[in-house]
Amino acid sequence: MGSGTWILALLVLHSVFDGIYGLEQEVNHRTERISGSAGDVLEDDPVGRLKVFVYELPSKYNKKILHKDPRCLNHMFAAEIYMHRFLLSSPVRTLNPEEADWFYAPVYTTCDLTPNGLPLPFKSPRMMRSAIELISTNWPFWNRTEGADHFFVVPHDFGACFHYQEEKAIDRGILQLLKRATLVQTFGQRNHVCLKDGSITIPPYAPPQKMQTHLIPPDTPRSIFVYFRGLFYDVGNDPEGGYYARGARASVWENFKNNPLFDISTDHPTTYYEDMQRAVFCLCPLGWAPWSPRLVEAVVFGCIPVVIADDIVLPFADAIPWEEIGVFVAEEDVPKLDTILTSIPIEVILRKQRLLANPSMKQAMLFPQPAQPGDAFHQILNGLARKLPHNEGVYLKPGQKILNWTAGPVGDLKPW
Amino acid sequence: MKQTAAQQPNRQAFTAFRSSPGVLFWPAVHVLCCLLSAAAGFRFSRLLFLLLFSPSPPSSSSLHHRHLLRQPPPAILPSPPPPHIHPPPPPAAASNGVVVGRHGIRVRPWPHPNAAEVARAHEILARLQQEQRRRYGVKDPRPVLVVTPTYARTFQALHLTGLLHSLMLVPHPLTWLVVEAGGVSNETAALLARSRLAVVHLPFHEQMPVRWHDRHRLEARMRLHALRVIRENQLDGIIVFADDSNVHRLELFDEVQKVEWMGALSVGILAHSQREGEKGQSPLPIQGPACNASGHLIGWHTFNTLPYAKKAAAFVGDGATVLPMKLEWAGFVMNSRLLWREAEEKPGWVRDLDEVGINGEEIESPLDLLKDASSVEPLGNCGKKVLLWWLRAEARSDSKFPAGWVMDPPLEIIVPAKRTPWPEALPDLAFQVIADDEDHVEVHPSKKTRSSRSKRSSRKKKKREAHVDAQVSDLFNRQEK
Repeated sequence: MGSGTWILALLVLHSVFDGIYGLEQEVNHRTERISGSAGDVLEDDPVGRLKVFVYELPSKYNKKILHKDPRCLNHMFAAEIYMHRFLLSSPVRTLNPEEADWFYAPVYTTCDLTPNGLPLPFKSPRMMRSAIELISTNWPFWNRTEGADHFFVVPHDFGACFHYQEEKAIDRGILQLLKRATLVQTFGQRNHVCLKDGSITIPPYAPPQKMQTHLIPPDTPRSIFVYFRGLFYDVGNDPEGGYYARGARASVWENFKNNPLFDISTDHPTTYYEDMQRAVFCLCPLGWAPWSPRLVEAVVFGCIPVVIADDIVLPFADAIPWEEIGVFVAEEDVPKLDTILTSIPIEVILRKQRLLANPSMKQAMLFPQPAQPGDAFHQILNGLARKLPHNEGVYLKPGQKILNWTAGPVGDLKPW
Repeated sequence: MKQTAAQQPNRQAFTAFRSSPGVLFWPAVHVLCCLLSAAAGFRFSRLLFLLLFSPSPPSSSSLHHRHLLRQPPPAILPSPPPPHIHPPPPPAAASNGVVVGRHGIRVRPWPHPNAAEVARAHEILARLQQEQRRRYGVKDPRPVLVVTPTYARTFQALHLTGLLHSLMLVPHPLTWLVVEAGGVSNETAALLARSRLAVVHLPFHEQMPVRWHDRHRLEARMRLHALRVIRENQLDGIIVFADDSNVHRLELFDEVQKVEWMGALSVGILAHSQREGEKGQSPLPIQGPACNASGHLIGWHTFNTLPYAKKAAAFVGDGATVLPMKLEWAGFVMNSRLLWREAEEKPGWVRDLDEVGINGEEIESPLDLLKDASSVEPLGNCGKKVLLWWLRAEARSDSKFPAGWVMDPPLEIIVPAKRTPWPEALPDLAFQVIADDEDHVEVHPSKKTRSSRSKRSSRKKKKREAHVDAQVSDLFNRQEK
């Protein structure tokens, strides 16, 4: 009798555990959670792991610029403005600079727009320099470390090189005064002058509400194989061809314009977001700079991004396993793109789609207002928290000077 | 292509120049380049100087370039940076990786799709869509019972084939009940045999009348007959009334899975003729449920037949607009358990099928099967989504067509096509040539005859056409079943 009840108890326990396991399987079956350090890291909560002090700069560095041109809130460089707003009301903000781990100076360097809406970076170095001079004279914290525990958001094309043309940006190099600071930027390319070690790469800003309103039911069958809308030749700036996108976009057009699997054109359809949700692969080739908002859109809409940009560093690369989500194609392999894409095994494609369906991945690419857990703001803070504690090289000995305040082009030294 | 490195030693050379009294040198070069550009008419790239003044000798070993560089038009003077220039060994990390500057546009020798790859891509898409359906689509689909009244006529093949193909694509288990007026005919049976569906071919022993009004009533009785068969055999599923002349979307069959007892859909009515310029707003040609803001059924949209009242077709094929009934049967779906004699949880607002239709009662729409029409569920986002369209296109009831749509023996008459895409041609001379050709062509086997028939351009004489028409109709009369 006793053994009978034992067996019964064991059976009951077994079925209970099976039930739990089965439930977990069911949940996991839908959206595959990336196990290991990468996936969990997306859901880390930075609150309590770091403290950020926000400098109160005069409004000529931020509010007045925004007031002059409110278009800055909607273009793809708007992250600098939203990051400032987020930090002002975030729990990681501290009003006591003595206990701060990181210092943030809100300078909107990418808000000087042409009538077409493109930012002009010509005054940005002077603006940044003037802000840093202000910080270093009014607070002691800059001189303590010469900026090594400060971070700045520089979302423009080539980051802190402050130019939209790559050759000129390389010539300028990163602004001298930012040599020790941590840069939060959208640009990322390995072995490039404008990508500093220790920078945090972020996605470009894409308006979350607009993408939200264009969602279609998920059971709409994905019937477009490859989708792309954008320029292939930039006739205005690159009339000869071969400079824009290093010839990669032109190569895509020339090789695949007749291919029925490739829905590519220069149209601007109103159903752009809906079409992306009906596509399996979305091309994200480089343009004048390697990054593009298409990556964000592809991740949000569940379309597998096909990244064609050699040596690119993707946003939050230490937290998001991009190789498992996207397809990377070398620029020299563009003529074989159709072979590459059709020869990916079906299980791999299914797995990528499952990973993309993970909502934490989509959250990490967005800058929602108000901020939500797991979004890009939090990933930036997570990145900053992972760099703590600061090592000894950060704090300078008294009297030690590393930065050269007069280096750089003469034009940068003019006051702003 | 390590250009950055190559440019750096050049830069040093240039700055060395600058410090010398060659302060005027670079502006002079710039002016020279501008003049050359103005003369040649395009931008003259100063990369030429790189080639000429590069300190390292261009080595002849070219890289392993398998790509076909896009050939620039021969007028452009400087070639794109030739990949076979080897710069001096690059200084440390800075110039590894991607190079700034002009790159070739790589085009493969045959930039056209490969058929095997396209096939593979379609397999991938099919598999992905299956996975999508599995994850987001209907779970546990119930079988669908499709009720279609039909009869053998000229347009039957057209309509029934369309419906057949739609039903073959439905991913759920399906039974098709085809009720045929005039009894089971070989024509219909041959058409139905082409599908791989489970078809129940029911005869209905009355001929289809010619007047539209009578026709609608007969069709309603035919559908009732099918419903009785469902009841007798206790078939389980969702009943969809699919007329053979309607067009259905596949989403319809996913949407009807949501119905619990009786549902209503929006039907688009394609009876509108564009001939008279309609001023003012014409209301949406939709029949279906009308909902209030909270999604509850409050009434019905019907098709406004007043504008057409005088011009409505009275009998089949008279050329006027065919009007739908107030509420088409196609816009309703029901759970077959509503018809069973005993089914648990059968709602009380449905009439027993045995009492319906007797004593000459007119059944106009499925609402007459109910005691209370307010419990009908609106489907398709409360009727906002149109999932099927009604269109009655029928030929005259006395029109003839070849049996099974097979021309046997093949035609010997060559009929000039009335509309061809190429322009009107030339005069009588050419016509004479055709008259001669025609006799010649008739000797050829049938295939050639047909193609040469279509090649005839639009030169026609009325007399000839009338003559030919008579001949054609003779031939058809000979071939009628």
